[in-house]
Amino acid sequence: MRQHPAFVCAQCTRLTRSIRWNVSPFSLPSTKRLNSHATQTGRLFRVAIVGSGPAGFYAASHLLAKQQDAVVDMYEKLPVPFGLVRYGVAPDHPEVKNCEEKFTEVATSSRFNFVGNIALGHDLPLAALKPHYDAILFAYGAARDKGLGIPGEEPRRNVYSARAFVGWYNGLPDHRDLEPDLTSGEDAVIIGHGNVALDVARILLSDVDALRKTDISDYALAALAQSRIKRVRVVGRRGPLQASFTIKEVRELLQLPSVSFEPIPKELFPPEETISALPRAQKRLIQLLAKGSTNNPETSSKSWSLQFCLSPSSFEMTPDASQVARVQFDRNYIEPANPYSRSSKAIPEYTESGQPARTNLPASIVFRSVGYRSLPLPNIQDLGIEFDELRGVIPNDGVGRVTTLSGSVNPQNFSAGSPASHLPGLYCAGWVKTGPTGVIASTMADAFTTADAIYRSGLGGVKPEAERLGLRRTSWQDWQRIDEKERALGKETGRPRAKLGRVSAMLEALD
Amino acid sequence: MILWREVGQQLRHAVPKTVAGDMCLAPSRRYLSHSTTSWKTGVANSNQWNSSTRRSLQSPWQGWKRTQRCFSATAQAAHGHITPPKPGEEINVTFIDKDETKINIQVAEGDNLLDIAQANDLEMEGACGGSCACSTCHVIVEDPDMFDKMEEPSDDENDMLDLAFGLTETSRLGCQVLMNKELDGLVVRLPSMTRNLQASDFEDKKK
Repeated sequence: MRQHPAFVCAQCTRLTRSIRWNVSPFSLPSTKRLNSHATQTGRLFRVAIVGSGPAGFYAASHLLAKQQDAVVDMYEKLPVPFGLVRYGVAPDHPEVKNCEEKFTEVATSSRFNFVGNIALGHDLPLAALKPHYDAILFAYGAARDKGLGIPGEEPRRNVYSARAFVGWYNGLPDHRDLEPDLTSGEDAVIIGHGNVALDVARILLSDVDALRKTDISDYALAALAQSRIKRVRVVGRRGPLQASFTIKEVRELLQLPSVSFEPIPKELFPPEETISALPRAQKRLIQLLAKGSTNNPETSSKSWSLQFCLSPSSFEMTPDASQVARVQFDRNYIEPANPYSRSSKAIPEYTESGQPARTNLPASIVFRSVGYRSLPLPNIQDLGIEFDELRGVIPNDGVGRVTTLSGSVNPQNFSAGSPASHLPGLYCAGWVKTGPTGVIASTMADAFTTADAIYRSGLGGVKPEAERLGLRRTSWQDWQRIDEKERALGKETGRPRAKLGRVSAMLEALD
Repeated sequence: MILWREVGQQLRHAVPKTVAGDMCLAPSRRYLSHSTTSWKTGVANSNQWNSSTRRSLQSPWQGWKRTQRCFSATAQAAHGHITPPKPGEEINVTFIDKDETKINIQVAEGDNLLDIAQANDLEMEGACGGSCACSTCHVIVEDPDMFDKMEEPSDDENDMLDLAFGLTETSRLGCQVLMNKELDGLVVRLPSMTRNLQASDFEDKKK
């Protein structure tokens, strides 16, 4: 248990020393200046953001820009910020990490306060936070990966979660000691058809010297240099049209030097006229998959393939039962009634004798990569939040305000228009709100939406009433413009200023 | 705002004047620092104070622009760096933001739309810093003929556009469109990055 002495409010815990929370529970060094600000404009709008990944930072950025009286405390479990940008984005995608520049810029704001190395719910009770903030925004992402739910899945020497492997090569402290076994054979099987699966495949297949130029962890580099993996099979439950990976990741793999790609059987693709009628993104992906790679298998040192319509059913062990040797898969086919949709279902295939149709793939190492899942923070229910265990999200109304479980909006009951009942002051953004899908662009848009909701909800008091009545208020900046105008007019006649004599003239100066 | 001024004044005292002047001239990004670029030729301003993002973002800074003060001491990122056009060689480009405000800007040949937008404090993100690795600088070209005049998007750009929200037939990534004389008079629309919140979203739901 880590020790974090004395920063909880005296009202909440006796561990506290007498600290007055002038500005935010994690007071800024510039308290005095902020206080003078506070007394002049009323009060500050205090926001706690839980998590320092892209969702948290983009929400902070939007909020600080829109709301001049907002003060943000960003809580992070690790001592360091950026979440999956630092620990999830592949080391050979440095350009994706450029958003860290923007986050760093956000963090230079004196209204922004990073609170690292505090695991909320573990180290510090969530309920202790509540009285100190006008809004708490949960943006802590998806902390766990989904399991396969098949026999033999419990930790084996050479079966890993892709998430742990990604954390390992990216230097995430949690997985520092994973020590994946890359030397016991030449065949890797990755179960799952998402971008994480392709990231893992690319790291396994890339030339180590190319990775040397990246920020990949040095121990991972050393282990990958020893790797004997030659063939990587990326296996999915459904067909090419239902895969979740995106075209950029496929193209990168197809362009890896001296790595060949096993062509996908033609019968897995829809007929030509169906392809050309597909939505643009799907069409381009299918065309790329059908085109494949030009690298010659004869001269390539490594190879990879995409396997479709296979669901893992069990692991077959080596004779000494120390590790997995093969993965057994049940064959599927895509529902014939609706074969070409992204949401088409897989149906188990049976042999004539009524047995499940099966196939085996050799595997000296196995990665499961079938998606992430958010977890409730410990004692999140103390804030009244009923975590949606089924969907793995915090129930919300779609724009990011936390609701009761029955009031939450999900795509299925959205049109039913069930009245949302909000939990005031609580918000969510990013994967803990939407589920673990999407790229930084979508997380950013989502975080902006939630930040807008926080901002809108924060617009209490007199202002909306004045707005409703159509009153034209002047701001201090407006006065400064009037002042400037008066000085300019004065200058024309050699006087310090010429005062505008009518209210209408003053307002005209602003138009 | 007052806070900002105080911070600004502190910084001005803390930093030698010449340096502060240089920093003012450095190209800056929209958010915490302010831009001194002044070749924006016309901004249709709405004068309501019910805070559209543009208004609330921009208005606080306007006074500063006029007095030529600078209060950012942060290292300037390399984005939004554009060249002022030479007299007589200005190329016109118009951005339409999500509030339907038109912003006409005169730019030099060779600058890209992302840098131009950021140098002029428009609401355009460049999450990957203009390296064609995200879709946050998605713009929609208004005139299909103008779109045809542009060079074909590369595979990499199309790969990213595939992930863009609200993709159209004339979508491009701002960071990949370099201005040239052919594109004089270009009009691009900035798609909304957020779901537009309706007033009804906020009616009496706090039970």
